[in-house]
Amino acid sequence: MTDGARFGARRTARPDVVIVGAGIVGAACALALAREQLDVQIVDASFAGSGSTAAAMGHLVVMDDTPAQLALTSFSRGLWDRMADELPAGCEYEMRGTVWVAGNDEEMEAARAKQAVYAAHGVASSLVDAAELARMEPALRPGLAGALSVPGDGVLYPPNAARWCIERAVALGAVVRERCEAVALSRGAVRVRAAGGVEESISAGAIVIAAGIDAPRLVPELPIVPRKGHLVITDRYPGLCHAQLVELGYLRSAHGLSGESVAFNVQPRATGQLLIGSSRQLAGRDGAIDDVVLGAMVRRATSFLPALARCDVVRVWTGFRPATPDGLPLIGRWHAEPGVWIAAGHEGLGITTAPGTAALIAADLVGRAPPIDPAPYDPGRPMRPASDATPEEHACRAT
Amino acid sequence: MPRDVTVTVDGRRISAPEGSTLASAMLGAEVTHFRTSVTGAPRAPVCGMGVCFECRVTVDGRPHQRSCLIPCTDGMRVETSPNEIGAWAPPPDAVHESRSCDVAVVGGGPAGIAAAVAASAAGARVIVIDQGMRPGGQIWRHRDPAALPKAARNWLARLGEKGGGAPPEWLARSTVFDARVGEDIVLRLTGEGARGCGAVRARRVVLATGARELLLPFDGWTLPGVLALGGAQALLKGGMVVRGKRAVVAGSGPLLLPVAAALSRAGARVMFVAEQAPIAQAAAFAAGLWSHPAKLWQAAAYGASLRGATVRFGTWVRSAEGDQGRVARVRLTNGRRAWTVPCDLLCASYGFVPAVELARLMGCDVERGRVAVDALQRTTVPNVWCAGEPTGVAGEAAALVEGRIAGLDAAGDEARARSARLQRARDGWRRFGERLTDAFRPRDEVRRLASDSTVVCRCEDVRRESLDPSWSVRQAKLYTRITMGPCQGMVCGAACTSLFGWSPGTVRPPVGGTEVARLG
Repeated sequence: MTDGARFGARRTARPDVVIVGAGIVGAACALALAREQLDVQIVDASFAGSGSTAAAMGHLVVMDDTPAQLALTSFSRGLWDRMADELPAGCEYEMRGTVWVAGNDEEMEAARAKQAVYAAHGVASSLVDAAELARMEPALRPGLAGALSVPGDGVLYPPNAARWCIERAVALGAVVRERCEAVALSRGAVRVRAAGGVEESISAGAIVIAAGIDAPRLVPELPIVPRKGHLVITDRYPGLCHAQLVELGYLRSAHGLSGESVAFNVQPRATGQLLIGSSRQLAGRDGAIDDVVLGAMVRRATSFLPALARCDVVRVWTGFRPATPDGLPLIGRWHAEPGVWIAAGHEGLGITTAPGTAALIAADLVGRAPPIDPAPYDPGRPMRPASDATPEEHACRAT
Repeated sequence: MPRDVTVTVDGRRISAPEGSTLASAMLGAEVTHFRTSVTGAPRAPVCGMGVCFECRVTVDGRPHQRSCLIPCTDGMRVETSPNEIGAWAPPPDAVHESRSCDVAVVGGGPAGIAAAVAASAAGARVIVIDQGMRPGGQIWRHRDPAALPKAARNWLARLGEKGGGAPPEWLARSTVFDARVGEDIVLRLTGEGARGCGAVRARRVVLATGARELLLPFDGWTLPGVLALGGAQALLKGGMVVRGKRAVVAGSGPLLLPVAAALSRAGARVMFVAEQAPIAQAAAFAAGLWSHPAKLWQAAAYGASLRGATVRFGTWVRSAEGDQGRVARVRLTNGRRAWTVPCDLLCASYGFVPAVELARLMGCDVERGRVAVDALQRTTVPNVWCAGEPTGVAGEAAALVEGRIAGLDAAGDEARARSARLQRARDGWRRFGERLTDAFRPRDEVRRLASDSTVVCRCEDVRRESLDPSWSVRQAKLYTRITMGPCQGMVCGAACTSLFGWSPGTVRPPVGGTEVARLG
């Protein structure tokens, strides 16, 4: 313990930790903290994995927008990899690998640069030329320049991964309260409203806010905004593609907070279904399907993978990424209020970075040295907005 | 005399009369294994009308095609096993074109036909969008119109007549997978018949989307050879051959006798007809039919054509067992004792579920599973009407009068839509529908037949034991994949309501599915 909070007394009436939010991040925190033998309660307004987690693609991917993003994603992907044997079949974990597709020579240059960065950080990847790419993924359109293949990236089914983390935490003594909404924070306690409308306060040694896009409802200063995305899932076409296929232009699309963008991002699921992404837009909390954005996203996908055009769609849905101005999550102690920790704002990388986030929170709570440098994710850091749209980004714009 | 066409199924040539559906032709040629489920079990057609997705096969290299919706054509190549994606033709370029009209009617059964005829006679430009190959919907499904009752033939003839303006335009083999309600209403289309047309833009829309059958899970209900009642009827009309087969007809409601009679006429041996409703309940309903003598006459006629099959009330299917991947025996019970009847076909369903998905997608209020409408069949969404089964299952006569009211009002003739004669007829048939629903409501034993190991969701093979009754349908969906398969809960959604009381989940496009290119 580093700031005087005592976690010794194991009483449910005053747990060591209350976690607000049982999405993938809160669920991973619950598991990590229960493993530290802490007395953990987790509350969720709905049920485990029901928010952004339910809508997510479940791509476990190392990303290198910034050194801090690379550090967290590669550390966290390693943690998933170590859990792989424990994950039940319903989590559909597969080490599919990511193939970053280069449409032209300029993007192939970007692939080379990316490969150098990954190599410097010990992340295995290899450059693939046009002929090799066509052999690996024959359904891609001809004439592509090549790709960067990252074989260690994975895929899982997020709602069941969150549920599994919660069940493991409960097996270690954690208490989960679903349909129990956190409505306010006050001096070391969370006020919650249970399903029947009954309110009570749970006071705890530490409160971890892992409520994603809802985190600002409890801590209004948090700079988190919902960033909407569309996803399409098809019937089963096993073998149409093998790795998660993402265009290198995705990096431009994911960058910055302004504007609408789409990128080619197709994931083969363990079921043989294909999950088609991705789009980004700021639209408040309106979850309605936006035909213009969806149309642009689908056309982008079929331009890379023509056979997709006649695959049958089973369902289309939208979800919200909890986005921050600089593209990095908010992980760590909230300086403005003693006893409060934040684990939120993971944008589109919450599934990948949940175990890493949980490891950082756990280390801080028990006073152990952090596994990676936590400074870049400090929730109180000055936010420098990620650069605005570059001219190249227009290629990925939806409209 | 229709000529025969030849289709190749897994390399074997089979022939079928022209106009047969692929599913019917394959069943007639003793194909029992259409697709392999996600856990490796053989599956075959159930609903016969595009709802259950169990009859999916690969047609000319294109996987997952519902064979019950496809007419056989000469040289068609079919594979039943999971397979590679073949060389597909590129999608048609013209899918982004749209057509305009005053009134679009979705669904071409009695309600849709009556709405289209009435609106057209009142001077509106009408487009009817229908999934079937020919007008008529499920109840008037036909290959040769001569086989239909006279009243149905008259309605089909009126559809082709010039009324106040041009006759209604008929878009066959098309479904609406998404809709946008604005100043105009844009209905986005999919299906073979919608080649060259991606959307219909209408000022007003009449939803006449009909109903589907209520299927309740029991052990063995996924075996090939177990069909829905209407499914059997549709497949028979599509050309399915059943000569010499032993059939058991079970479930509930007025479809039982006509299906048993149709099987018998087609040469099947109907072994047993089991109605789950107690005889007193069914008799009370029949007594009420004195106000609808035509219905009673019809029932008597069906009864006479059954040629000695055992008919029992208060009797239901407890389970089915198979041999060599198809149904072979059915276990029946009357609650006191159980017995086994051998069969090659088991037809079982428990009444109807209004098809309200499109109405829900458009934002119409739905109460107790029915689209809420006023006396003019107006829904709660401006410029959207609804007629027939989606507003409550009441049969063909109710559908015809409601369709007429909706069509007249949608075309601007409110005065005639409000006429006392139409309103009285509508109210009478509505009361009939309520009595029908009450008389044949499935008993609790039937609603809860599923054992722990029974597959509840046929698309994703979700067994009952993996479902926690304390969940919501959304929770169940996210944790087990139930309702997440191609049928999107059109079969298992109602089963879940019966088993656990779960209300239906969110409706998301594409309703009934579409191809990726249609979203672009």
